[in-house]
Amino acid sequence: MTITELRSLATDGKRRARQQNADAPVPAKKKRTWRSYSVYAGLVLIFAYCLAPFYWMIVSSLRRTADIFDNTFLPAPFSLENYVKVFDGSTMFGQALLNSLIVAGTTTVFALVLGVFAAYAISRLEFRFKSVILGVIIATSMFPGISVVVPLLRFFTDLGWINTYQAMIIPNLSFAIPLAVWNLTTFMKQLPFDLEEAAMIDGCTKWQAFRKVLLPLAAPGVFTTAILTFIHSWNEFIIALSMINDPKIQTATVAISKFTGATEFQAPFGEQMAAGVIVTVPLVIMVLIFQRRIVEGLTAGAGK
Amino acid sequence: MTTTVTSPAPSAPQDLKNPNRGLKTRTPGEGRMAAMLLSPTLLVLALVIVYPLISAIHQSLFSAESGLDADGFVTEGEAFVGLANYADLFVGESGRRFLNAFGNTTFFTVTTVLLETVLGLCLALAMNRAFRGRAFLRASILVPWAVPTAVSGLLWRWIFQSDGIANSLLGSEILWTAEGTASKLAVIIAEVWKTAPFIGLLVLAGMQIIPEEVYEAAKIDGAGWWRQLGSITLPLVKPTLLVAVLFRMLDALRMFDLPFVLIGPGKESVETLSMLAWDESNQLRYGSASAFAVVLFLYVAVVAVVFVKVLGADVTGAKKLGSKKRKATRSQKAEATR
Repeated sequence: MTITELRSLATDGKRRARQQNADAPVPAKKKRTWRSYSVYAGLVLIFAYCLAPFYWMIVSSLRRTADIFDNTFLPAPFSLENYVKVFDGSTMFGQALLNSLIVAGTTTVFALVLGVFAAYAISRLEFRFKSVILGVIIATSMFPGISVVVPLLRFFTDLGWINTYQAMIIPNLSFAIPLAVWNLTTFMKQLPFDLEEAAMIDGCTKWQAFRKVLLPLAAPGVFTTAILTFIHSWNEFIIALSMINDPKIQTATVAISKFTGATEFQAPFGEQMAAGVIVTVPLVIMVLIFQRRIVEGLTAGAGK
Repeated sequence: MTTTVTSPAPSAPQDLKNPNRGLKTRTPGEGRMAAMLLSPTLLVLALVIVYPLISAIHQSLFSAESGLDADGFVTEGEAFVGLANYADLFVGESGRRFLNAFGNTTFFTVTTVLLETVLGLCLALAMNRAFRGRAFLRASILVPWAVPTAVSGLLWRWIFQSDGIANSLLGSEILWTAEGTASKLAVIIAEVWKTAPFIGLLVLAGMQIIPEEVYEAAKIDGAGWWRQLGSITLPLVKPTLLVAVLFRMLDALRMFDLPFVLIGPGKESVETLSMLAWDESNQLRYGSASAFAVVLFLYVAVVAVVFVKVLGADVTGAKKLGSKKRKATRSQKAEATR
């Protein structure tokens, strides 16, 4: 069989493959034992690769300052000392977490509201320049952050917006909106049009069909998009670093990078690790709970 | 909203491409409704993308006279200098710094994306074979992706500490986080750790839509594992891989957080274009900072255009068209490449 035949076979069979459970094991099922062992060894390697650095962060955060340089694989005397220090008020880390929550939350809400309308227009309405508009929106997601920051820094300085939440939220929209529009459009395109059609035959207006039929159906997609947008905004660094110099307003990612701790002689690695764990753990929990959705959202652009 | 639906609008575009879409063909006013729904998004994007771009280009034509005067106030001495900021990119001390940053950016992009792609492919191949523990595997592979880049920078700085775990495992005494080749390597390792799983996930999604019949047919014809990989998996996964690689490259070109936190600002061996532009604007030299930002933007744009036009990365296609039509274009593409 030639490659060309294989290719046409592949395109023919794609739909059937899609209908199968996405998790169904695809390649050969019969295997010699040494081979399956090697597969398991590979899996262990992957686990180690993905989790070992993260594990090291957790372990280090649970050591006392005195034995922070121990290289044992469990914290010898288990200690929450670093976590206590992180929140003892000298670093305003609690405030930074709250700031992150406000900034990422607001960004997500704005991006979602704008994104839902835009995605509805792109996925359900016919109008001129549609592909151009979608292309432009996607292209903006490739825009380098620094090219936004430098001019806006000047602009916001003139407005007196430095050290305000909006100075972070508005530039954040430059990556959050393309992300939201793109994901939501993909989700809405996958939803069948028939139900809305039926609703409109029954006398609903387009707006009612959108609100009462499409939106509830698209809720899982909206939710996935919300998670992805939130994670991206939560992880944002360069905008928050540039627009803010007041520790009271700065977000958690920036606050951590500026941790100097009580002693100036040595970077307070234990506290940094503890703070890192605190910033990351909510995301990791979200990832564990919604992993299927997140993978769907991440691969929506490329996989289907 | 309802009024816009009922009100007649003359500007209904012809839709010749999709004649059989039932009621979905335009009702009058659809164009206007679309305009209403899209305008907030486009307005915000104009404010946060178009305005900064124009402003950066404008700003890059002015000299960076502004600075702190004797009393510590910002002085506003700016002069129009034309393209002098761009000419400066190639001469003198600032030119040397720019070329170094440009080289670093390119070097990091090429090396990290290359390593990520290879590693990501391996991850995807392994995950595609895993039957048990796949959900757990997928969750754990998402962990590096979920760790904020700034935190991962800190984490790797701790790992690469002079008396840290990396040196103790390797039995070496390398100063990873100082200047030099070791720090470049540290950045590459940390970056690849975080992003290879992402490519792996995307590629895995591409692999899972390859029907098993193809592999069975190949097996009947006596194709071994390597042959199947080279003749089936890789060609069929190529469109997905291209898009993933494009995204990663654009992301790597604007790399900032990781070298900034892991090694620190102003370090020659890891300074990227983003870091250089940030540093310049921090010194209130907005003119040259804008010039760097514009150059980076052009760089990103050129890479994106090359990928989409020359290599045929199907970025918008995934969204723009229904899956049916898209499948058609894909098989046409396959036809064309035969």
